[in-house]
Amino acid sequence: MSITRDEVAHLAKLSRLALTEDELDHFAGQLDVIIGAVARVQEVAAAGIPPTTHAANLENVYRDDVIAPPLDADLVLSQAPAAQAARFRVPRILTEE
Amino acid sequence: MAAADELTTMTAAEMAAAVAAGEVSAVELTRAHLDRIELTDVKVRAFLHVGAEPALAAARSVDERRAAGRPLGPLAGVPLALKDVFTTTDMPTTCGSKILAGWQPPYDATLTRRLRDAGVVILGKTNMDEFAMGSSTENSAFGPSRNPWDLNLVPGGSSGGSAAAVAAYQAPLAIGTDTGGSIRQPGAVCGIVGVKPTYGGSSRFGLVAFASSLDTPGPLTRTVLDAALLHEAISGHDPNDSTSLDAPVPPVVAAARNPDVAGLRVGVVAELSGDGYAPGVLTRFNETVELLETLGAKVTEVSCPHFTYALPAYYLIAPSECSSNLARFDAMRYGLRIGDDGVASAEEVMSLTRATGFGAEVKRRIMLGTYALSSGYYDAYYGKAQQVRTLIIRDFEAAFEQVDVLVSPTTPTTAFPIGERADDPMAMYLADLCTIPSDLAGNAAISVPCGLAPENGLPVGFQVMAPVLADDRLYRVAGAVEAALDARRGASFLAQARGLAGLDETAEAGR
Repeated sequence: MSITRDEVAHLAKLSRLALTEDELDHFAGQLDVIIGAVARVQEVAAAGIPPTTHAANLENVYRDDVIAPPLDADLVLSQAPAAQAARFRVPRILTEE
Repeated sequence: MAAADELTTMTAAEMAAAVAAGEVSAVELTRAHLDRIELTDVKVRAFLHVGAEPALAAARSVDERRAAGRPLGPLAGVPLALKDVFTTTDMPTTCGSKILAGWQPPYDATLTRRLRDAGVVILGKTNMDEFAMGSSTENSAFGPSRNPWDLNLVPGGSSGGSAAAVAAYQAPLAIGTDTGGSIRQPGAVCGIVGVKPTYGGSSRFGLVAFASSLDTPGPLTRTVLDAALLHEAISGHDPNDSTSLDAPVPPVVAAARNPDVAGLRVGVVAELSGDGYAPGVLTRFNETVELLETLGAKVTEVSCPHFTYALPAYYLIAPSECSSNLARFDAMRYGLRIGDDGVASAEEVMSLTRATGFGAEVKRRIMLGTYALSSGYYDAYYGKAQQVRTLIIRDFEAAFEQVDVLVSPTTPTTAFPIGERADDPMAMYLADLCTIPSDLAGNAAISVPCGLAPENGLPVGFQVMAPVLADDRLYRVAGAVEAALDARRGASFLAQARGLAGLDETAEAGR
C-alpha cells in the first residue's frame, strides 16, 4: 500500500490545510512510510471480531436538564479573532455566482 | 542546604503536613517554588506560563483558611504544575500551539476546579508537544523542554514540561494527560512517578481534546504516595463529561500507604521485551521483577499476542479522532486567524490559518486521520484498528484471569537526545510501544523509577498495569518497589540526578 503526492494534496484540501509545495513533498514521503507501517493491522485475522469504539463502553448517558448560567458573551467575544455588534465576525461564506 | 532548598525537596505529603501544622505558610512554600522556577527554568524550560500572582493569591487563601481554623484538604497549600492543555480562567491555555497562543479560556476545566477546591496552588502551565501529539516536547511551537538529568536530552512527552518541572524540584506535583503514554513515558525518562488512571476516572471536561476515547488526565510526582494523593484529589464522577465513570474512586491512598505484594500474582508480558529494548532497561526491569519475587509476589510470564499490533492500531485510532477533534480550530471563534483581508472566503481563511497555526506533526496526524476515515479506506484502516482494539482488550482479560497485575518496562529506551528523532515520526512513535496497550484498553497503569541504566546512568521506568478501576493495585506494587529501592539506596531516587546539580547555577541557558 502506498500513497501518492496527489492523494496527499487531496487530503490536505479535505483537512483544510493550505500546504506549500515543499510541505507536500515532505509529508507525502513520511505519510507513505507511516501508512505502510500501520497497515500491519490488516494482518490480524479479525473476521467476526466486533469493533471497540470506546474504552468506557457507556451508552445513553444523561444528566438532569438543569438551567445553569451561560458563559458571559463579552468574555467569550474578547477571545474571538474578530467580533462585531456582540457577535463573531467571520469572513464571507458564499461566492458570487 | 538553604531553607528554600529544603522547602522544594520535601514530598507533597510533607509539604501539606507542614502547612497544616503551621510550620510553613502556603505563601512561603509557593514563593520558594517560584524562586526555584526563576532560577532553573531558563535551562529546563518546563513552563510556558508562570502565574506568580494567581499562585500567591491561592496560597494566601489557604493560609487564611488555616488561620480561621477551617479544615484543610490533604494537599492544601501544595504547589502544582499544570499541563497547558487544561483550561484556566486566570492563565492562558495554548496546548503548545501557535493556533492558541495567548488564548485566555472563559472557563475552568473540572480538573482545574477540583485542584483549586482542594487548595492546591497552581504555579503555571507546562510545556507539551503540540496538542499532546509527541513523545519529546519537540513538537511544541514554543521550543522543547529539557531533561533535568541531562539538558541535552528530551524530557519525554507529550507531558514533558510537567515531568521536567517535578524532576527539577520546581513543583512536587504536576498534572499530565496520557493518550498513548504521555504521562508514563516522560515520567520514566525523567526518573519520577507517572500514573494513567482508568479511562473515565478523571474528568476530561475542559481538557482540550486530542483523541477523546483515549485522553486520560493523571499525576506526575516524585513519590508513589504523592501520586495517590493527587490521583484521589482529581478523581470522581463529573456530569459534564459523559464518559466520566460514575463509580467510587479506588482506594489508591490506602494502597500507597500500605504497599504489600505478598501473594500478589504478577505477570511479565512476554511481548514487551527483546529486540529494540536497551540492555540497561532490561537489566533494571528484570532486577525489579526479582525484587518483587523476594517481596512475596508470585511471578509468571504471560503472553498477550496482539500487543504487537497496538502501535499500528493506535496510530490509526488516535489520528482519526484527532482529525475530527481539531476541526474546531477553524479561525472563527477563538485563536489565530490568518488572511482575513475582506476578500478571502471563510474556507480560504480557515485553510491558511490551520496551515500557519499547526506544526508538522499535527498536520501529519490530521491528514493520516482524514485518510483512515475516508470512505474507500475506512474498513481497511480505522475499522480494522477498532477490531484490533477488541483483541487487545481480550488479551488483557485473559491475562487478568491468571494474574492480578501485568508488568513491563515503561519505555524501550532511556531518554534520547534532542533532535535525534524530531523529523523521523516512526522512530518517535516507538517510544510509546509499551504504554499504548493500556490506553487502548482504558485500564490503569503506572510508571515507577526502578534504577539507572548501567550504560548511560539514565533513569529506567517500571510499568505496572491493572484492570479497569483496580487502580489501587498499581500503588501496592509501585509503593513496594519504591520502598525497597529507597531502603537499598538509603536515599530517594532523584537524589542521584547528576544533571540537577548544574541547575542551581544561574549560568547561561542550556545548549
